Amino acid sequence: MSNEAVIHGHGVAAATHDEHHVHHHKETFITKYVFSQDHKMICKQFLITGMIWAILGGLMSVLFRLQLGYPDTTFPWLEDIFGKWAKGGKIQPEFYYALVTMHGTVLVFFVLTGGLSGTFANFLIPLQCGARDMASPFLNMLSYWFFFLASIVIFSSLFLETGPASGGWTVYPPLSALGDANEGSKAGMDFWIIGMALFVVSSLLGGLNYITTILNMRTKGMSMTRLPLTIWALFFTAILGVLSFPVLLSGLILLLFDRHAGTSFYLSDIFIASTGKALPNEGGSAILFQHLFWFLGHPEVYIIILPAMGLVSEVMAVNSRKPIFGYMAMVGSLFAIAILAFLVWAHHMFVTGLNPFLGSVFVLLTLLIAVPSAIKVFNWLTTLWRGNLRFTPGMLFAIGFVSLFISGGLTGIFLGNSTLDIHLHDTYFVIAHFHIVMGVSAFFGMFCGVYHWFPKMFGRYMNNTMSYIHFWVTFLGAYLIFWPMHYEGLAGMPRRYLDYSGWVSFRQFGDLNRFISTVAMVVFAVQLMFIFNFFYSIFKGRKVTSQNPWGANTLEWTTPIRPGHGNWIGEIPEVHRWAYDYGKDGREFIPQTEPISANESGH
Amino acid sequence: MSQAIPAGTKWWNGGKSPYNVEYGKLMMWFFLMSDAFTFGAFLISYGTIRFSSNSWPNPNEVFRSFPIVGEMKIPLAFVSLMTFILIMSSVTMVLAVANGHAGKKYEVAKWLGWTIVGGFAFLGCQAWEWTHLHHEGAWWGRNPFLNIDGTQSSTNFTNFFFTITGFHGFHVFSGVIINIIMLIMTLKGSFEKRGHYLMIEKAGLYWHFVDLVWVFVFTCFYLL
Repeated sequence: MSNEAVIHGHGVAAATHDEHHVHHHKETFITKYVFSQDHKMICKQFLITGMIWAILGGLMSVLFRLQLGYPDTTFPWLEDIFGKWAKGGKIQPEFYYALVTMHGTVLVFFVLTGGLSGTFANFLIPLQCGARDMASPFLNMLSYWFFFLASIVIFSSLFLETGPASGGWTVYPPLSALGDANEGSKAGMDFWIIGMALFVVSSLLGGLNYITTILNMRTKGMSMTRLPLTIWALFFTAILGVLSFPVLLSGLILLLFDRHAGTSFYLSDIFIASTGKALPNEGGSAILFQHLFWFLGHPEVYIIILPAMGLVSEVMAVNSRKPIFGYMAMVGSLFAIAILAFLVWAHHMFVTGLNPFLGSVFVLLTLLIAVPSAIKVFNWLTTLWRGNLRFTPGMLFAIGFVSLFISGGLTGIFLGNSTLDIHLHDTYFVIAHFHIVMGVSAFFGMFCGVYHWFPKMFGRYMNNTMSYIHFWVTFLGAYLIFWPMHYEGLAGMPRRYLDYSGWVSFRQFGDLNRFISTVAMVVFAVQLMFIFNFFYSIFKGRKVTSQNPWGANTLEWTTPIRPGHGNWIGEIPEVHRWAYDYGKDGREFIPQTEPISANESGH
Repeated sequence: MSQAIPAGTKWWNGGKSPYNVEYGKLMMWFFLMSDAFTFGAFLISYGTIRFSSNSWPNPNEVFRSFPIVGEMKIPLAFVSLMTFILIMSSVTMVLAVANGHAGKKYEVAKWLGWTIVGGFAFLGCQAWEWTHLHHEGAWWGRNPFLNIDGTQSSTNFTNFFFTITGFHGFHVFSGVIINIIMLIMTLKGSFEKRGHYLMIEKAGLYWHFVDLVWVFVFTCFYLL
């Protein structure tokens, strides 16, 4: 219990705090399900909010794929639902831009950052470190409610008369700064900025909690090098978030001033065609915003992918019944990725007029990321190698993650070269690259985590048949959707266009686009089946009957099947070994809580 | 040397804080790092725009008024006073924290009180300076000052000045509010009951950080 004494102040305070955790106190519906301070409930709140956003964001992509796949067809039902946004049953250009912008914003920030980190950092950090809750359960609760507020603001922007933000998820000025230039740059953009500011607050509160909990609240014997890789990954993710989101906040504050206070931070020498007006703004730089945005934007992609890597490493070791290969190399490469994350942002700006010499520095640093990424991939493959594989749904998604990460990572090497980027930038090649390497991959990490820890979250299993259908359709679908886009991109087909049928060069891809759209709809439908499986299993799934159904070593499986607030009854267990003693000395697995015996072999 | 560390103390082995530091203080340190990036982004943006401009107004010309003394123009005198006040409020904060370690309730309250006075004085000075500049025609999007080479200046001199000093002023204001809450809690005896004045230390970290940021803001806008 010395743990508690150190982290929760001294003397009297510590004793009362202890009692608070051990004994069940009366909880109302409000304190248990709404304003809960239990990390496990906050995890579920993040997960379910993230799922709602994922359906909405996915639906947006189905709508614009409908336009891209069938540019000549009219869909009168679209007009029934969306009115003037789909006049004559055709998606209007403004609506199309709003859809792609919100699809990106929602999935990058609200699903794969809030939904992914929020869910698994909250769930796993206290459980796997051996703590009763987060360092500050109250700030943790606030973190969710700021996320919720941000969600409300962004969601309401969908119902504005002038529509939500529609200048792309990167909201580059001058477009995003000038309401006269674009419908979506009117009120929708203000909602976007306010929503994102609230999101930054949420991410900061969460991140501070994750970092301090991992550093301060590990149970006795849980040294940093005995932590499961999930925790290491979430640790670096939190640090990236705490250091990069504030820069976005600064950039957005300056943008807000440019929009409403007549400043010229990003604006200079502008003539607006629609109003025929020349603006007085002088001396600003639109490129400045891009620097500020991508200083967050690039670490952001690692904020998305690192938790997925952590989840995959853990699930893969458990289901290969083998120690993770190269534990320290895994930690080291996570660290290297976290450092490099801050040094590569300008590779998003090779064609903005960046000094070519500076560009070459960023090429070098960008390609360096291939080293830690490759180390991780080889370690996953060698973990699988001659393992005693159990193909649980979680494991399948973990293997699928590695496959997608390799495919998407290789195209990253193309795009990281500033010369090749002259041809490839802003084409479907870029879309294919980032959707595979961070979009679908991160989703696979998330699914892998949900399937693996669902029994711990809800005390029940998900339906296996639906899970396997979910995996195979999503996995094959992801490749069928994004693989062809590489060819379109290499042929020079630009992204963000509403209709390609006007170009002779791109008309040839009409059938391919229709194929992609069809697969996208099938994959979306299968995700709805996953959602059904998830909620159905919460109430009707097969019950978990043993404490440790997967035969895993980590601490969360030493808690009761349905742990209460405080996680462990009685003392928190002490840890005696690392998390990966699988298949050692003839034993299938040895939990972290088991003391090292006298004649045990080293590892 | 090796005797200084008791044998067998394994700080990182779990069950204790590796830095022997309470979680809230650790959070504060990470928050300050985060906030440093916010200000860093602002100041680097300022530097970027300023270096890409052909010329820039001379701070010695712009900031040379002092209240009450009338038409006497003394470059940078008023901002030096502001800076002095803020640094002195850091000194009083140090004294409050030190007395907290000694557990002297009324001494803590006294020095916290002076820190709050210093904070308000700084904010008052800033309000006067902003009003004065506003009367001279300066505001967001309006810049009456010429460049040092006599050419017309872009509005970004005032845009950045008001945005960044305003953001800093907002931080000072939050700090004053925090300090007032600390003062009330001290006088109510909340910390005495807890047996430690750790909260004052955390508020102190924030206050010193805000001071440190001012040193950079001061350098960027008034000296360079």
